[in-house]
Amino acid sequence: MKISPQWIRDFVDLTVDNHRLAEDLTAVGIAVEAISGSGPDTVFEMEIGTNRPDAMNHYGVAREAAAIYDLLLKPIEPNVPPAKGDAKFSIQVEETRLCPRFTARIMRATSIKPSPDKTAHRLQLLDQRPINNAVDATNYVLWEMGKPTHVFDMDLLEGGKIVVRKARDGERLKTLDGVERKLTSEDLVVADAKQPIGLAGVMGGFETMITEKTKNILVESAWWDPGTVRKTSRRHGIHTEASHRFERGADFESTVLSCDRVTELILQSGGGDLIGDVIDVVSNRMDQAPVALHIAEVRRILGGKIVASEIYRILKKLGFGVIPAGEAEQEFTVHIPTWRLDVEREIDLIEEIARLHGYDKFDNTLPAFTGAVVDLPHAAVDTALRNRALALGYNEAVSLTFISRADAERFASASGEAPVLELENPLSEEASVMRTAMAPGMLDMLAWNLNRGSEGVRLFEMGRTYEMRGAEPSEPQRMCLGTTAAAVKSALPAAAVLDVSKDEQSGVAEAFRLFKGEVENLLAKFAGELAYDRQTAEYFHPGRSARALLDGTVVAQFGQIAEDVKAARKLRQEVFLAEIDLERLYTCGLRQVKFWPLAKYPAVERDFSFVFADAVEFEQIHRAVLNLRLDDLRSLDPVEIFRGGSIGAGKYSILLRATLQSSARTLRDEEVAQWSAKIVAALQGLGGVQRA
Amino acid sequence: MWRGCPVPFAMYTVPKLTDYSAQALETAAADCVRACADEAAGVRNEAELKAFRDRWMGRKNGVLTQINDLWLKAAPKDAKREAGRRVNQIKAHVEDILLKAEFLRLELATGTPLRSGRVDISLPGIRRPIGAEHPVLRTSRELVAVFQKLGYSVADGPVVETDYYNFESLNFPPNHPARDTQDTLFIAGQQAKPPRERLLLRTHTSPVQIRTMEKMRPPIRIVIPGTVHRNDPPDASHSPMFYQIEGLAVDTNITFGDLKGTLDHAMKEFFGSRVKTSFRPSFFPFTEPSAEMFVSCFICGGSGKRGTDNAPCRPCKQTGWIEILGCGMVDPNVFEFVKDNGYDPKKVSGFAFGMGADRIALLKYGVDDLQLFFQGDVRFLRQFS
Ligand SMILES: [Zn+2]
Repeated sequence: MKISPQWIRDFVDLTVDNHRLAEDLTAVGIAVEAISGSGPDTVFEMEIGTNRPDAMNHYGVAREAAAIYDLLLKPIEPNVPPAKGDAKFSIQVEETRLCPRFTARIMRATSIKPSPDKTAHRLQLLDQRPINNAVDATNYVLWEMGKPTHVFDMDLLEGGKIVVRKARDGERLKTLDGVERKLTSEDLVVADAKQPIGLAGVMGGFETMITEKTKNILVESAWWDPGTVRKTSRRHGIHTEASHRFERGADFESTVLSCDRVTELILQSGGGDLIGDVIDVVSNRMDQAPVALHIAEVRRILGGKIVASEIYRILKKLGFGVIPAGEAEQEFTVHIPTWRLDVEREIDLIEEIARLHGYDKFDNTLPAFTGAVVDLPHAAVDTALRNRALALGYNEAVSLTFISRADAERFASASGEAPVLELENPLSEEASVMRTAMAPGMLDMLAWNLNRGSEGVRLFEMGRTYEMRGAEPSEPQRMCLGTTAAAVKSALPAAAVLDVSKDEQSGVAEAFRLFKGEVENLLAKFAGELAYDRQTAEYFHPGRSARALLDGTVVAQFGQIAEDVKAARKLRQEVFLAEIDLERLYTCGLRQVKFWPLAKYPAVERDFSFVFADAVEFEQIHRAVLNLRLDDLRSLDPVEIFRGGSIGAGKYSILLRATLQSSARTLRDEEVAQWSAKIVAALQGLGGVQRA
Repeated sequence: MWRGCPVPFAMYTVPKLTDYSAQALETAAADCVRACADEAAGVRNEAELKAFRDRWMGRKNGVLTQINDLWLKAAPKDAKREAGRRVNQIKAHVEDILLKAEFLRLELATGTPLRSGRVDISLPGIRRPIGAEHPVLRTSRELVAVFQKLGYSVADGPVVETDYYNFESLNFPPNHPARDTQDTLFIAGQQAKPPRERLLLRTHTSPVQIRTMEKMRPPIRIVIPGTVHRNDPPDASHSPMFYQIEGLAVDTNITFGDLKGTLDHAMKEFFGSRVKTSFRPSFFPFTEPSAEMFVSCFICGGSGKRGTDNAPCRPCKQTGWIEILGCGMVDPNVFEFVKDNGYDPKKVSGFAFGMGADRIALLKYGVDDLQLFFQGDVRFLRQFS
């Protein structure tokens, strides 16, 4: 909204320059966002809150300025000539609740022509296009005092009357913008004896507008119900300066004043006669109850020691009626000016006092407090996981909450077939569903990096996913790790390589193992025993992915992404994903540290070299040996794996190392030999063949 | 008289020990080590080095062997332990001296500096990659920590909210123009529900204020970090999703001065003690009086100009002030919704504030495009490592 400071100076004798005025207005909440032009043509770009329609015009801003500088605000006093004859025109208001006041004036034998220079120039400064003296008069008054008015060509009104009524279903009205509109019974209209001639408070009708042929004019200034104006404006998609003000609340007591001001301007520029008295149909007087203001309450809310005389001065200058009540100036009865529909409670007055006193003048204080300070219940777990992921080299990332319908179907929520949350008004088709999983966002981010030449990428994201559980929306927390094969391979220490075969498969196996280790590094923070199976979602590679179970509860799935997903997203590299179900991890709790005494007696290592069929996985080997329940077996680790060469297809050789150690004594050779024999037997039981 | 001639070597001989006191042992050991070092300093070539080695380390009659015999074996029983310790010490010293002498000879022979453990410390270190915290989340965590130190507990609430919590209970009546400013994203298929139960994506973290006051009686102090959504197409300064940090303090005696003091303190903690704050009237349906808080520009120091050439400061648009957050005293109408839980607006008062972590991160790190926060581009993220 634009304001001309020169115009403000019509109403208040300011001594400050425009820049100072802009600063001071801004400090009381009548914000000047930018200043353009210079001298008398200076224009302020204003930002006025929706609650302050009274300040969306020059007189309203002048009132604030008068209060700031403690100056006199000059009244607007239209000079209307004596009326001739009788108007013989009737105003009939059917909807008295929606139109509690309708004021009109009639003039005859006036002429329509361009506005005087001053009027036209002022409107142009505010980016308003001058049209003719009558229409410009209404516009001028709107910008001057904030009251929207309308002018009709009297001769085009049927039946010598105006009726304020609801439209009839199917009735039509061509509005001033030339659009033919179909009305409903919810629309409030201004009608003549026959048909609607204006959408109440929003826009006038095309057929009754002022043209160069117009001689006789009816000026309307009404007060419309804000909610009704808002609904009509919405329904028809018309937002006008008038509807903007009516839906925020116009000044009930300004209808006659504004009507007179428009009349004055038209008669001044176009000549003619004023006919009859003002027609002022008041069906319902606005009743703004006075508000009790207690000095103690002002101080309770604002703090500090703002004095009663200052409170009195501020409110008076803003147009409030302030009458002392009770004794010792501790209480006032405050009458609210009719242009301040936003003020109806004591707190509203306190805001006015704080605003004009100056926010920055209140002392900064710190309140005392006793009470416990608590963090979110899962803060410790989140922090532990995040710190581990960062230490593993993963960068924390954030992706948007929305995914496409197709991705929602492909990456179903971890809890299965829960219904998704779809948006009523999405930004795009691609972002129409609340994310059911973090995988799609992570894959997008990995693709983004690969397409920009970043090969070694490690990202993680922690956040919410969305699904319906029964009738209620649910927001389970998830963590997702994503990395490219290049990043995984470059992180693999040579000393950790297990599979020394020279084929491609060995590289894949080692990469998977490295990624699995990273997932384990995260899951190791939690209490419970980890186990794995292969039942991962379809978007994972069937042979290169696993599910992690903590004490039997599925807490994660991870591994290489499926070939078709990789192809569909045009990923230039293999990528690995891990989806971790934080909701379930939260119930597991962090692992408690337990101390074990350090070993006093030496450990003995025994190596076993075996050839197994590919179908025998390490898990089986491990379990077979553990099932021997050798008390002093500390661990059984794979040391080297090899395929090819003399081993033969479908088989692999594995070097296993058993570590034996007693906490009670040094182990004797015979017992170690005995246990070794048991281990060999167990491995043979799996079909393993011991190598020399 | 001796000029021009090398000082004749006063060759060390191992003395017999009669006094085995700790004092005497120490003196004898020190004499021996010093003698060894002196002799080593005289070594000039391969032959002399060999002679030196044989004299001290020779198995048959080397000095160390003699010491073993003369000092250790001859030691009285009660002094054996201490003597043994001393002899071992001497041994270690002598070996060390010999090693150095050998390196020194090598250096003399080759004319190049010794490799004696020396590496090229200017070669780049081998680094393990360490991940970077996301700049917005890091900003959010830092701000939350500031308020935690002031006694604020952390609270959260759902992103998918009802109309009641996002609007109605925050004093946005149905059909109120203030709702228009929020560009709300709605969940589909809600028409059958009563208006206040309809689901939407919260447009601010403020619903958690009501949710927390429903659960906890006053006094409370909470800080609420979280994501919010608006129907804003993404561009350099807009995003349909962003991060907010909300705060709420309610007690029997909370004033507007407390609001200002708390935020002024928090901003000094976060941006540095030199920043100043300024408050301007604003409008939010759920606070009254409402304010916007500005901090003096932490980029140009409040001057509006940057660098030696006085270039205009863009972050503050040359005003010297940057708008950081919205705040205000909790509107009594909001308390009315939780009055039964101890929030009688006649007895308690409070303040609330809300700020955008994205915007603050943008300003703090000088990032010029909001979209960079949501692309996961490692070239961007690694800068925050
Ligand atoms: Zn600046």
